[in-house]
Amino acid sequence: MKLAIDGLYKAFESRVRLGIMSALAVNDTLDFNALKEFLGVTDGNLASHIKALEKEQFIGVNKSFVGKKPNTQYHITAEGKTAFNRHLKALEQLIESQK
Amino acid sequence: MKTKQDYIGDIAEIRSMMERTSKFLSLSGWAGVMAGIYAIAAVYLAYTVLGFNPGGITYGTAPANPAPALPQLLTLAIGTLLLAVGTAVFLSHRKSSKRGENLWNSTSRRMVTTMIIPLVTGGVSILILLSYGLVGLAAPLSLIFYGLALYSAGNFTYSAVKWLGGIEITLGLIGLGFISYGLICWTIGFGLLHIVYGIYIYYRFEK
Repeated sequence: MKLAIDGLYKAFESRVRLGIMSALAVNDTLDFNALKEFLGVTDGNLASHIKALEKEQFIGVNKSFVGKKPNTQYHITAEGKTAFNRHLKALEQLIESQK
Repeated sequence: MKTKQDYIGDIAEIRSMMERTSKFLSLSGWAGVMAGIYAIAAVYLAYTVLGFNPGGITYGTAPANPAPALPQLLTLAIGTLLLAVGTAVFLSHRKSSKRGENLWNSTSRRMVTTMIIPLVTGGVSILILLSYGLVGLAAPLSLIFYGLALYSAGNFTYSAVKWLGGIEITLGLIGLGFISYGLICWTIGFGLLHIVYGIYIYYRFEK
């Protein structure tokens, strides 16, 4: 069940996941450390939220090496973008309707 | 059940995250003011102590208008540049610490790499022209290349930087057309405009 009754996506209920989606919506790619810094969360916390979004196929991962260091880049998928936009619209409508 | 306040909070979080991850907003306004003051001081020194005020593209051979000592002039220019950049880094570091961010993050990296290409191209071009004795081109060309760098950097920081870049380019072109006004244009561009810009950023975003 991806959608709640009010048109909001369950996957975006947490502020951290919302933050990840917002950051990836305006950046081609971001790596793990950049996300961690922007969101101000711990490694484990961020990893679990990323895993959840990955499972929904809202974000994609590219793993590569910079020298000997592993480098993981995240990006938003087409599906993720659609879901994020719908979620935003639903949020706006909910605020409008409660005026 | 979430309330309206929660939804508004969600939207605010989305907006702030989009802005923070795509734009470098720790650029300090005071850095602009200081850079402007350094620039005006440097022009004053170059003009009075070193007698630098090119009336044409090259200096004539007439003894009434001797060429200024190039090494001293370059030392002054590079010293001013380092002082301005150093101040900007220091003040922006302070501002980003206050915001709880790293100064060297993905947005600042993007802004700096965007600026480096036009700045290095301009710097090397000017050095080559100086070696040909084309002293009068240095001031207007530095304005033009700096303006180009700012214009691109404006995509990754306050959009006012774009405007600043556009005005610098215009001043550079005026200086190029009227070489004898080159130094005045430079003083306005690097001195006055930086101060005005810095005060604008300070009042708009930092107060």
